[in-house]
Amino acid sequence: MMARLTAGVTRRSAIPLALLLAALLAAPWLVNDYLLTMLIIILYFGYAGQAWNIMMGFAGQLSLGHALYLGLGGYVAATLFTRFGIGPWLGFAVAIPVASAAGAIIGFLAFRFRVAGIYFAILTIAFAEFARIGFDNWDYVHASSGLFVPVKQYAHNNPWLLRGDPTMFYYVILGATVLLFVLCHFLVRSRVGYFWLAIREDETAARAAGIDTFRYKMIAVVVSAAMTSFAGVFYAFFYNNLFPEQVFSIFRSVEIILGPIIGGIGTLFGPILGAFVLKGLAEALSSVMTAFGIDLPGVTQVFYGVCLLIVVVALPDGVWPPLARLLGIGRSKP
Amino acid sequence: MTALLALSNVSKRFRGLIAVDGVSFTVPQGAMFAVIGSNGAGKTTLFNMIAGAMKPDGGAIVFAGQGVHGLTADAVCRRGIARTFQIVRPFPGLSVEDNVIIGALLHRPDVTAARGHAHELLRRLDLFDKRHRIASTLTLPDRKRLEMARALATGPRLLLLDEVMAGLRPTETDRMVAILKALNAEGLTILLIEHVMRAVMALASHVLVLDHGVAIAEGSPEQVARDPAVVQSYLGVETV
Ligand SMILES: Nc1ncnc2c1ncn2[C@@H]1O[C@H](COP(=O)(O)OP(=O)(O)OP(=O)(O)O)[C@@H](O)[C@H]1O
Ligand SMILES: [Mg+2]
Repeated sequence: MMARLTAGVTRRSAIPLALLLAALLAAPWLVNDYLLTMLIIILYFGYAGQAWNIMMGFAGQLSLGHALYLGLGGYVAATLFTRFGIGPWLGFAVAIPVASAAGAIIGFLAFRFRVAGIYFAILTIAFAEFARIGFDNWDYVHASSGLFVPVKQYAHNNPWLLRGDPTMFYYVILGATVLLFVLCHFLVRSRVGYFWLAIREDETAARAAGIDTFRYKMIAVVVSAAMTSFAGVFYAFFYNNLFPEQVFSIFRSVEIILGPIIGGIGTLFGPILGAFVLKGLAEALSSVMTAFGIDLPGVTQVFYGVCLLIVVVALPDGVWPPLARLLGIGRSKP
Repeated sequence: MTALLALSNVSKRFRGLIAVDGVSFTVPQGAMFAVIGSNGAGKTTLFNMIAGAMKPDGGAIVFAGQGVHGLTADAVCRRGIARTFQIVRPFPGLSVEDNVIIGALLHRPDVTAARGHAHELLRRLDLFDKRHRIASTLTLPDRKRLEMARALATGPRLLLLDEVMAGLRPTETDRMVAILKALNAEGLTILLIEHVMRAVMALASHVLVLDHGVAIAEGSPEQVARDPAVVQSYLGVETV
């Protein structure tokens, strides 16, 4: 197992990777609560971006509606917790089939009826919008007035119930991000992963090579949806509230995909690196603005736009591929 | 010799145009069978129907005793028919090696085994030293051989080659002829479309001539070259 885990890792990349992991593990002792919260948000976006990347980066299927799986994960876990006292991990276990089913329905409709490319992306937006409107009118989940996870004072951190201080949330999201990273590492080097890359590169040629493209695209959507739902569970218990207008919104979907686009679509480090660059710089910008007493609403959105523009024009493959070449790590494989 | 592939009365029309008009022929097991014809004769359309990329409007395509007309392209490939494209389409952003590994994974669940098989094929097709190159950076002859390697990696019983010699220099053509002969000698049945008559004469055991979607002649290369209808419609235009 360890041998396989390190198989694709060259010695040159092993050391920076180990240092990075050590730094991330030590972070709660090194930074204050404010920065720790920042790191939580960065890792949350790194995680969600990685999950989205399975579908787009590996299998080439553009989803602009990942808020759907995020929202479903959050609502399933929060509802089970507030109504039945069922903890978030069991909630996640229920969210997986729910989000997978949603992904499977969208995938089935699109791939059976040859809805591809930009039309596929529009279909994913439509489903997220259906969910937003549906949940906004669904009294069982308190419709538009939102669902709240009770914030009691807990004497101890309770990771089983995801109740506790930022340090606990930090380690939970760090663990999830590392696990998903490892999962993606194996996926992209597996038979399924190769078939995904083939579909991404040229679907007609993939079929000519005997690949049942319908089946492998379905697997990509389902795995991506299932993994994304955990980001929703985490969101619900970290922020303690869910509003359909917020969790299912198109802005959520776009926010998720900015990290991988900036970091590098289809790479393993891209989504995490992109989240660091984007959220880190955005936060630095807003602290500088606060320090100078400048208050411009919407400046973060403009900043995201500028980042995106720079990447699209100057680094079309994202920040990670040139950085990896610079560090002398990474080969043709992601 | 038993028939590996048999087409009977296969037709395809695009709106008003009849691209393939009731074509029938049989490819024996182990043959090197060529389809020739002028531009727009319907050769690629015929290939697309055999490979499952297009459904025939009528007729039957029987491969190894089973009807394959109406199957999807991937299902046809899994039955044992692999193809190349006239306008080459390797997976552009992937390495040469990964392109072939993908083909090899069709009948091998294990990536390491698939890589081993891919290396064998890359050596045969003179691409081993370029295995880490990104496919889109290769020259056209290299991309053609890469596509062949990927097709061969799927372990076909019948290989469909759509103008693999077009655009090659004479030495490259000779090399390709040698490769195809060797593959054929090992028992692989090959159906090829060619414009380069020199190659067809050197290679094919059977030739079928298409003209405006209709099969106008069939036989050995020598027989076909002497056929008056062929000379008039095709060979008369192109120099042999
Ligand atoms: N997808 C399509 N839609 C409409 N017409 C098509 C299509 N594919 C081919 N055709 C037409 O069918 C006829 C046969 O085309 P085909 O590509 O099979 O010829 P070909 O013999 O392969 O020619 P070439 O030697 O130029 O490759 C042509 O007139 C072509 O324009
Ligand atoms: Mg053609």
